[in-house]
Amino acid sequence: MSDEKPELDKSAEAKVEGVSAASASKPAVAAAVPTTPETKPAATPAKPVAAKPAAPAAPPKPAPVPWESDLVAGLKRQYGSGIREAASYLKDKYLVVDKSIIFDVLTHLRDDEKFDYCVDITAVHWPKREEQFDVVYILYSFAKNERVRVETTIKDGEKVRSAFSLWPTADWLEREVFDMFGIEFTEHPGLKRILLPEGWTGYPLRKDYGIRQQDQAWVKANIGIESGQ
Amino acid sequence: MSTAAEYKTLDLHDQTFLDSNEMVLNMGPQHPSTHGVLRVILKLDGEKVLGTECVIGYLHRGVEKIAENRTYVQFNPYVDRMDYVAAVSNGLGYCEAVEKLIDVQAPPRAQFLRVILTELNRLASHQVWLGTHALDIGAITPLFYTFRDREEILKIFEKYCGARLTTHAFRIGGCIYEAYDGFEKDVLKYCDFVGPKIDEYEGLLTGNRIWVQRTKGVGILNAADCKALGVTGPVLRASGVKWDLRKAQPYAAYDQVDFEIPTGENGDTFDRYIVRIKEMRQSVRILRQAVEKLPAGPTMAKVPKVLKPPVGRIYHSIEAPKGELGYFIVSDGSTQPYRVRVRPPSFVNLQALDKMVRGALIADVVAVIGTLDIVLGEVDR
Repeated sequence: MSDEKPELDKSAEAKVEGVSAASASKPAVAAAVPTTPETKPAATPAKPVAAKPAAPAAPPKPAPVPWESDLVAGLKRQYGSGIREAASYLKDKYLVVDKSIIFDVLTHLRDDEKFDYCVDITAVHWPKREEQFDVVYILYSFAKNERVRVETTIKDGEKVRSAFSLWPTADWLEREVFDMFGIEFTEHPGLKRILLPEGWTGYPLRKDYGIRQQDQAWVKANIGIESGQ
Repeated sequence: MSTAAEYKTLDLHDQTFLDSNEMVLNMGPQHPSTHGVLRVILKLDGEKVLGTECVIGYLHRGVEKIAENRTYVQFNPYVDRMDYVAAVSNGLGYCEAVEKLIDVQAPPRAQFLRVILTELNRLASHQVWLGTHALDIGAITPLFYTFRDREEILKIFEKYCGARLTTHAFRIGGCIYEAYDGFEKDVLKYCDFVGPKIDEYEGLLTGNRIWVQRTKGVGILNAADCKALGVTGPVLRASGVKWDLRKAQPYAAYDQVDFEIPTGENGDTFDRYIVRIKEMRQSVRILRQAVEKLPAGPTMAKVPKVLKPPVGRIYHSIEAPKGELGYFIVSDGSTQPYRVRVRPPSFVNLQALDKMVRGALIADVVAVIGTLDIVLGEVDR
């Protein structure tokens, strides 16, 4: 265990660094969303090509292409620069919007664009960024058979308005985000932990939470053993 | 004497002899009809359910955290442990998601092999569901019938990849194993075998008065509620929405086989039963076509040994036996995923429990948990 831990930590650190290297060239959003072709060469070419010269994996590198449609045009007209990015990557359409308008955009998508099914709500943690969290909404429209991903970035401790009033399914999904990342949602009907026990401290899916880490005090008090492992 | 006096004072307060206080009853986590470790706190008025609260997480293993500390290839077997009665579907979703991320297509033969194994798994999953669901409601026989027939599927899995439950049948880029000699024959034999068996299940249940009374009009969830609550899979289809990801956004070789999407009308427990039974028949139909069309050729695409997907993020989902199973993967260009989010159908569907049992009886709670077809390994991950 002891010799494995540093290795795990190292790999985690390497990943974080890889991110910061990418984000150094571009402002915060670019690190989250792969807009720039120039960030990619740094990441890809070395290994796979050397290992398999014939690797035909993807000769033209997949890159996000701007997503233009009435939907996007309408949103841009209404919110202007609040819509930071609208693109499509490997056929996944996504929007990156400012946190101040995220709820309005979601409302607009549900009411005017028929995105009546909220597939998933989740988050991604980027500890080296100033705005540490991406909050990700995946929406689907039964009428259009179309999926769209809406993302926003927030700082640690910032709150997001709950989407519960739009889609009741957000109840548990947001509770899980709170449980795992510690992101709070306002106007949520009962924001509390869902998978972990109530008294647990720490948010396991944050990058600074080690894979072997746990709330020792809780484990000792409630299970009566030194460690759960 | 003293008791009589007490009763009198009680009556003064309540106007009735019975105590009409609400009762809070704890059901589970160790309870045979919760299909694992699900704890439901029931608020009751007599036998009527006023509200519920699900307590989950007893089986939480932190799959998403594990993913961040493993390579893309290493994480593949872990997904089988989520929905362990439909491990093949989990693997399919994950492999396809990573393939999308690295922009690789599995060869046609692999696509068809995937369809065959996934449909076999759908049959097995529905058989487990039917057996346990019927058992919860009090019909013991279907359990023996369904598990007997599921055994034959597990034998095919075992012959194909050596494992029965957590199969790890697929790899990123295709199927690592070529179909064994006689695979097609085995599958066709099973198709011939299981058709009459499904009739047998129906013979036991569909017209059975007890079954009908226990399921008709119980746990109704209409289409609007399904959409609002994000409920997918047979539960959604039973409410009349003709939506199946295999048709809506075809993956693997589902666009090359012909099948129908069975739907219900009332969105009650009985309709969900009928929808799943019909789905089993459609699965048999798909299996026959897939075996017939199974092309020759390689089963693995060229995938680099060291997988380093380009920086980017994608979402891919498939129609698992329980509903939409999605994977949201963020790549930072390294060998390990930066983030893997699993969108589990069971977790989201379970959320509808409260809506479905409010105002119903305790006995219906058991029927509704069964009809939602949850697997706690997937709810908790």
